[in-house]
Amino acid sequence: MSLATKTDYEVVVGIEIHVQLKTASKMFCSCSTEVRGAAPNSNTCPVCLGLPGALPVINRRAVEHVLATGLAIGSAIPDVTRWDRKNYFYPDLPKGYQISQFDLPLCAGGTLPVESSDGPVVVQLRRAHLEEDTARLLHQDVPGGGRVSLVDYNRSGIPLMEIVTEPCIGSAEVARRYAEELRLLLLTIGASDAAMEDGQMRVEANVSLRPRGTEALGTRTEVKNMNSFRSVERAIAFEIERQTRALETNEKLVQETRGWDDTRGQTYTMRLKEESMDYRYFPEPDLPPLRTDAAMIGAIRGRMPELPAAKRIRYRTDYGLLDGLVADVGGDYFDSALRFDPPPDPKVAASLFSKIALRERNNVPNLLDIRPGAELALASNLRTSGAISSQNVEEVYAEHLRTGTPVNDIVAAKGLRQMNDSSELAAVIDKVIAANEAAAADVRAGKDQALKFLTGQVMKETRGQANAAVVAQLLGERLK
Amino acid sequence: MAGGLRRGDFNAHDLAVAHLDRIEATDRPLHAWVWWNREQALAEADAADDRFALARESGADALAALPALLGIPVGLKDLVLTRGDKATAGSRILEGYVSPYDAHISENLKAAGAVLPGKTNMDEFAMGSSTEFSAWGPTANPWDLDRVPGGSSGGSAAAVAAYHVPLSIGTDTGGSIRQPAALCGIVGLKPTYGRVSRYGIVAFASSLDQIGPFGRDVRDAALLLAAVAGRDERDSTSAPIDVPDYPALLPVDDDQAAARLRGVRLGLPRQYFVKGMEPGVEAGIREAVAALAAAGAEIVDIDLPHTDYGLATYYIIAPAEASANLARYDGVRYGRSVRLPGGDYIADYLETRGTGFGAEVKRRIMLGTYALSAGYYDAYYLKAQKVRTLIKADFDKAFEQVDALVAPTSPTVAFKFGARLADPVAMYLSDACTLPVNMAGLPGLSVPCGLSDGLPVGLQLIGPAWSEGRLFELGRAYEAITHNADWRNAEPTDLAKLTDASLPSAPDRAAAVRASA
Amino acid sequence: MLPPLPFGAMAGLSRKDVEHVAHLARLGLSEDELARLEGQLNHILDQYAVLAELDTDAIAPTAQTIELENILREDVVLPGLAADEILALAPERSGQYFVVPPILGEHGN
Ligand SMILES: [Mg+2]
Ligand SMILES: [Zn+2]
Repeated sequence: MSLATKTDYEVVVGIEIHVQLKTASKMFCSCSTEVRGAAPNSNTCPVCLGLPGALPVINRRAVEHVLATGLAIGSAIPDVTRWDRKNYFYPDLPKGYQISQFDLPLCAGGTLPVESSDGPVVVQLRRAHLEEDTARLLHQDVPGGGRVSLVDYNRSGIPLMEIVTEPCIGSAEVARRYAEELRLLLLTIGASDAAMEDGQMRVEANVSLRPRGTEALGTRTEVKNMNSFRSVERAIAFEIERQTRALETNEKLVQETRGWDDTRGQTYTMRLKEESMDYRYFPEPDLPPLRTDAAMIGAIRGRMPELPAAKRIRYRTDYGLLDGLVADVGGDYFDSALRFDPPPDPKVAASLFSKIALRERNNVPNLLDIRPGAELALASNLRTSGAISSQNVEEVYAEHLRTGTPVNDIVAAKGLRQMNDSSELAAVIDKVIAANEAAAADVRAGKDQALKFLTGQVMKETRGQANAAVVAQLLGERLK
Repeated sequence: MAGGLRRGDFNAHDLAVAHLDRIEATDRPLHAWVWWNREQALAEADAADDRFALARESGADALAALPALLGIPVGLKDLVLTRGDKATAGSRILEGYVSPYDAHISENLKAAGAVLPGKTNMDEFAMGSSTEFSAWGPTANPWDLDRVPGGSSGGSAAAVAAYHVPLSIGTDTGGSIRQPAALCGIVGLKPTYGRVSRYGIVAFASSLDQIGPFGRDVRDAALLLAAVAGRDERDSTSAPIDVPDYPALLPVDDDQAAARLRGVRLGLPRQYFVKGMEPGVEAGIREAVAALAAAGAEIVDIDLPHTDYGLATYYIIAPAEASANLARYDGVRYGRSVRLPGGDYIADYLETRGTGFGAEVKRRIMLGTYALSAGYYDAYYLKAQKVRTLIKADFDKAFEQVDALVAPTSPTVAFKFGARLADPVAMYLSDACTLPVNMAGLPGLSVPCGLSDGLPVGLQLIGPAWSEGRLFELGRAYEAITHNADWRNAEPTDLAKLTDASLPSAPDRAAAVRASA
Repeated sequence: MLPPLPFGAMAGLSRKDVEHVAHLARLGLSEDELARLEGQLNHILDQYAVLAELDTDAIAPTAQTIELENILREDVVLPGLAADEILALAPERSGQYFVVPPILGEHGN
């Protein structure tokens, strides 16, 4: 728990998240959004370079992504929205203004429920709107001292959704959970890949404290440069502590932007708030307004996949899977395993998936997109039926995930089956006892540890095909 | 001209040579051009001749199917982008800038086989009414070399009036086509907002800018509009509305053309006869109106009660939009760039922009920035947008009663160099009769209607949205009923002088006129 | 920040206001220019005063004159400009990058 609770300050955090939307082309021009692997300044045109005479044209898909997000979080979608110019000068902003939305965002309000260690919390959202990304600046040291700033316009004009919460978040943990839940939601509806490490999702937190029970917000700082969910939580926790200490020692807090230094685990002053930025917003004359009619909204609703929260409930109630993890990450893969005929035991499938698939996912890119869920069902069913040992099931399933070879082919190729028959096992057991006289004596003396050892030796001898429970039983009988 | 090419009376090459020779011989005292390129123009003309030759071999149908502008020289205002060519919009901040792409209209003109000799002079970023605010020095009026040609498309207007080109392109944000057309005694049309794509046209005020033609008569202007108008998916404000075949609407025969006036209801807006209007201009307009009435048009007095608020409204909205449109000139990617030793980007921006823009552009950026700034938006920008609604509603109401409005284009004839430089508001008043039309997004046509003290007067015809065809018909009808007038055959007074090699350049002359005032 | 606008009035610009606006617009102006602009801008602002005569409380603003809506493009990639061509325009380049003037602070979006 943070210090704030103890010192009777209430933590007030608002989160602003920018996500790059998943589109093939940019927000207002037809340049590719594929920045990875692209040579610098190779995906540009008059529009995203801000050349004289260029004009913006709205990407339909980007609008649909924002509307889908709004519908998923229960925002009000106004009938008419429009675009505004946000004016400021900066070398990463080619036109000297960003096309954004000011007083008529595509999505107004909404909520996102999240779990926390204190139980469920509902995060209130203020708005979500559409805008364009800036170019990417690189700062390089030059020989002989000094720094040079370079700019790559490949990122300029990539569609960006800005999602802003109310200042309603009461802890660093909830802030992190909110960011994670939002990312999952965006991945589920396909609006963004939202990879924080690639800058596709940028989280900023406004953090302030106020004496519990008071209304007025305290002096807030804006925290940036958090490149992982973990750093979101750490940075906010640090900031809460720093502010608490300042308030307790009557040190003056200033409104400022602070960066997060992940290595040192501290925030630092990036810049003091200029006497409030004057962005001179006005309606973008180059773009007609957008009217969202029932048909458009209906079509987006119709394409909406099952959302993470609903899926967790379904997994809990239909399959008894209490841990939300499988629902969150299993995706279509796990669902299609469950739909297999004959259906696997959900808990067996979930345990195999959690233990094996989540590990193998780190070795094979897009693993869950390229392997059929039916194979997970087959593996689960092999285990449930006892046809092969659970150890072998895990190995076979892991090999299938790594190589793509069907589970049944691996079983056949390895000649795997489960040895349940005591007469078949007897010869192996005799051999193991003969080779491990000392251990056998220990078993006779009632040492459980030795029984486990001998069981293991039998399993090894049978290449895991023996039914371990049967082996232990037979050994126990033999060495009474 | 197009007919002569088609018949083979002359070829595009010779036509281009004739015009280029004339430009080279007479542009020094006129200064209609920022640059022209003889070789490039001749290559385009030769390509046009190849197309003619090919079509002639294929027969009459192929010849008839050729674009109307094939081989015809067309001047482009220096804010129309053509790939690989310089474009400065009359500004030092774009000195040396070469566009890597074609404007939509440039693509259209090139596809039509027009010959594009170069770029014409203009007020910097189209801000001005005299072309005196060009960073490259002013343009003179061929009717009186001591006077301005109007602006901001003064170079395009003077080039047509001085026979440098038969056609040219201008842009009109508050009157920048119609006013110079009036002051140079030629035809100019500002189309309905959305009729011509703005893609590839250096922006001044996005909700007001339109691109339109200059010609020596209505049929020429109609030909050029037809070639450049139409929906372009790269301009989101370009309207998905079909473009009529304008030239087909316009009879060659004067009697047929004049007959179109019968039964037409024309409104005479009281408020356009403004204070400060020259008596000679008013007389010219009244005479034109009488002629239209005599030819069968019904003249109706009309009230446009919010006209007087147009100037203030315009001078809030246009500078506000311009302040954002001109923010891209920051010296980072292209154009003028000052990098101060030890400076940071803010210092460099201040220096680049402070030295790159001229006085009028800075004035308007300041006005626009101020009108949009925190705490002032409602009082200025929002208020102006609301008054814009009222101005537009005046026109909507008027067009319930009449087919078109007739009015002066400019309250005065061409003025002397320097006459309005001292007082920005005096310069702004040059557009009092034209800018309400931009505020409402309507089409407006200026046609010559006589001379006042030997200088041209322009008659403005204003119509409802998308009525360019009707305006051309009315303009053509007016030409027909005045074809015998003395002033119709008058050539620009100083045209003959232009070949005099001893004449000073237009900028030098302008300086002398200003000094002697 | 500019001073608050008196209710119902058109403000006059002080010299300080002119300097503030010039900085907002990133226009480096000489002393002469600032002095001249102070006079000219106030003269122009005087002309705006007529607008206060009109009661526009119930009037909707007009941002665009033709009533287009939902002009959208499909999400399709088209070729853009060659990097070398655009870098040729750059006042200063380093390899495949534009070099921008030195930056000290940072700015978000
Ligand atoms: Mg933003
Ligand atoms: Zn682009």
